[in-house]
Amino acid sequence: MNFVVQLLSMTMSFSVALLLASLGEMFNQRAGVFNLGCEGVMAMGAFVGMLIPFTIGQGGAVSMWWYVLSYVVAAFVGALLGLLFGVITVTFRAPQGIAGIGLQMFGVGLAGALFRTFVGGTQSIPTIPKLAIPLLSKITYIGEIFFNLNIVAYLSYIFVPVAWLILFKTPWGLKIRAVGTHPRAADSMGINVNRTRYEALAFGSALASISGCFLSTAQAGLFSDTMIAGRGFIAVALVYFGHWHPLQILGGALLFTFAQSLQTGIQSLGISFPYELLVMLPYVLVVVVLSFTSRNDTMAPAQLGKPFNREIRT
Amino acid sequence: MNRDSLAKKRSESESKKITSLKMEHITKRFPGVLASDDITIEVGEGEVLALVGENGAGKTTLMNQLMGLYQPDEGRILINGEEVHFKGPNDAFKAGLGMVHQQYMLVPNMTVTENVALGYKKAWKGIKLDLKEIRKRIVEVSEHYGLLVNPDAYIWQLSVGEQQRVELVKTLCLGAKFLILDEPTSALTPQETDELIALLKNMTSELSIIFISHKLAEVKALSNKVTILRHGAVVFNGNTDDYSSSEIAAKMTGHEVELPENKEPDMHGDVVLNIENLTVMSDMKVPALNGLNLQVKAGEILGLAGVSGNGQRELAEAINGLRPVHSGKIEFYGDEFSNKRPSYVIKRGMGYIPEERNIEGIVPPFSIKENLVLKDSTNKKFSRGKSIVKAKDIQKNAERLKEEFDIRCPNTSIAAGSLSGGNIQKVILAREIDREPKFLIAVYPTRGLDLGAVQFIHNELLKKRRDNVGILLISEELDEIMNLSDRIAVIYKGQIQDILDHKDATRAKLGILMAGVKE
Repeated sequence: MNFVVQLLSMTMSFSVALLLASLGEMFNQRAGVFNLGCEGVMAMGAFVGMLIPFTIGQGGAVSMWWYVLSYVVAAFVGALLGLLFGVITVTFRAPQGIAGIGLQMFGVGLAGALFRTFVGGTQSIPTIPKLAIPLLSKITYIGEIFFNLNIVAYLSYIFVPVAWLILFKTPWGLKIRAVGTHPRAADSMGINVNRTRYEALAFGSALASISGCFLSTAQAGLFSDTMIAGRGFIAVALVYFGHWHPLQILGGALLFTFAQSLQTGIQSLGISFPYELLVMLPYVLVVVVLSFTSRNDTMAPAQLGKPFNREIRT
Repeated sequence: MNRDSLAKKRSESESKKITSLKMEHITKRFPGVLASDDITIEVGEGEVLALVGENGAGKTTLMNQLMGLYQPDEGRILINGEEVHFKGPNDAFKAGLGMVHQQYMLVPNMTVTENVALGYKKAWKGIKLDLKEIRKRIVEVSEHYGLLVNPDAYIWQLSVGEQQRVELVKTLCLGAKFLILDEPTSALTPQETDELIALLKNMTSELSIIFISHKLAEVKALSNKVTILRHGAVVFNGNTDDYSSSEIAAKMTGHEVELPENKEPDMHGDVVLNIENLTVMSDMKVPALNGLNLQVKAGEILGLAGVSGNGQRELAEAINGLRPVHSGKIEFYGDEFSNKRPSYVIKRGMGYIPEERNIEGIVPPFSIKENLVLKDSTNKKFSRGKSIVKAKDIQKNAERLKEEFDIRCPNTSIAAGSLSGGNIQKVILAREIDREPKFLIAVYPTRGLDLGAVQFIHNELLKKRRDNVGILLISEELDEIMNLSDRIAVIYKGQIQDILDHKDATRAKLGILMAGVKE
């Protein structure tokens, strides 16, 4: 039982980064922009998030407000990168797949270079502490799994229904869904397609950057070039996995992280099983589940990846 | 709610009246095309201007410039004598213009209510979207005008005809003072069309209208003035009442047009397509065909009339192996077609002109010559050992069909998707007919085409009939069905209401059957 509880509580805390990045990517894709550069944005977020508490405390403890600032700055930097991506793909209509790979390399490279300039070698910072919710955290098993996370994790899970509300119950969400599926219709109804796409990119990339920030400040307590470790790409896959829907994306993030926790858990139990195969498990799972889920493309953003040009006749 | 209070409600929320609208010397160039060539039009208060012309004449382009969707290269737009500049449709909405586009401007993965919400800015309350208010407005408008729509349905679940209704309701909900209608009646029954025309006529007490249409009967019935465009330029301007339909048609095409009629004797063929008790599900998983029975003979054209969305699409798809059959049988020359793959159906000599010519009929980015051999890519004629294509033969085939079917294109290597609707339809027709099918299913074969193209297609269908090919012609155009068919079946809610001999069929009789009334 202990093993299972440990597994589930690991899943809850390690899913956060994937969840935030996928939700961000969901907003990009819903608006019709395919951002493969998620990984790069996360790297920048992770660096910025670590830099502020490290500079202030030089590795020692700092006030929580500096962490708040680091999240704000990370979000801002992410939004800027999103807008940069918008200039390339929305205004200049560059092919989004290629531009995304460019953004990924730019983000990871820039974060690494800045890290070496301003920090140097590997340095650790104190991670954001866990916040056990009074009473609730005392419930057997449930408390340990769900109510013993840090504040950012709680907020991230609360953000799932909020993202749903934004997407389906606000004018902004309506615009985002329209420009990703039938930009010409949105345009004929007086919606500024490109502006809406810029907004979605800024918002989505801010989320991706916050996700990176979570990795360095709440999960690892350090920054390294390779710390994102493909999570940005998994996030992109999870958006498809979750059919562009916040709740299904949450399910995907939890399932993937659970599989990953399971493989580390089994390794730590010392069962003699080739660990290489275990490491593959989460990825195999994603492929298998993706192959067997029904592909109801009627709800997909149909114009995903296609730039909009009002005066090109189709 | 009665008519006056609705009108009052609208006028309270809207901009000032439009007493005159003028587009002067409008010129618009697209790469390689002069889409608008020094066009001037004028509409006064309460007037209806019919904008008439063949496909590609530049009617829609002109209207898109009026709505601010395109910017004219030269010329100006005046409303009530003042020059206006519309940077986008929002500016046009604010000035009181509203347009129903021919290609539906509806987002498929959103509901009807959400689609209206996109333009209904009054319900954008900060971060809250008041869908309830919009829903109420839709129900109000749709009940008032008798345009039935389900506000909660997703657009992808709706048939073309239903989507057209949504478009109309949408524009009416947004409450325009000046309506631009781009072929709004193409999906309506004759009764609905008459009702709409009567309604629009009534509305001219509050509104002015620009009405784009191919259907000259409607132009005559509704408009005061008519402007005819050809190749982007105005070729004629006049009062509608001073000219007959055939005079307008001649001015539109540049020559006299008369559509062919099926006046030939019965071929007395055998029943070759026998459908019994066919039940097929729609995309929404409810029965679209409900125990349908239908027999078609060789050498006859059976016209299937009905309002779209009554199972026509599902019938065509079920026969062609594109939709699973729930129960019942489809016999074709003795073969059972239920739940067979499309390749099986094609091999047995079935020709198919599908409803969505751009999606199902061709592969748009493929060249014309490739589209012409889509069904024969492994045929010995066009490939060696089913693996290597014979480029020269495909080229020759395309050149021949281009001549025979009058496909107008610079060459056959350009993308088929870049052709006009009429030419795309000719490509499909050429491919299907040249394969010498034993039977032909034509679904809305002339929807949205100009008279010249309609004439051509009708002649080709009659030619195939003479060759003893059975044809199932699915259409909403009663004139088309009555001109071509030997027998006319009316489909309603997935069943055949009745079958009439073409001699006994009248517009009124068919219209009543299409509306679901059985004597």
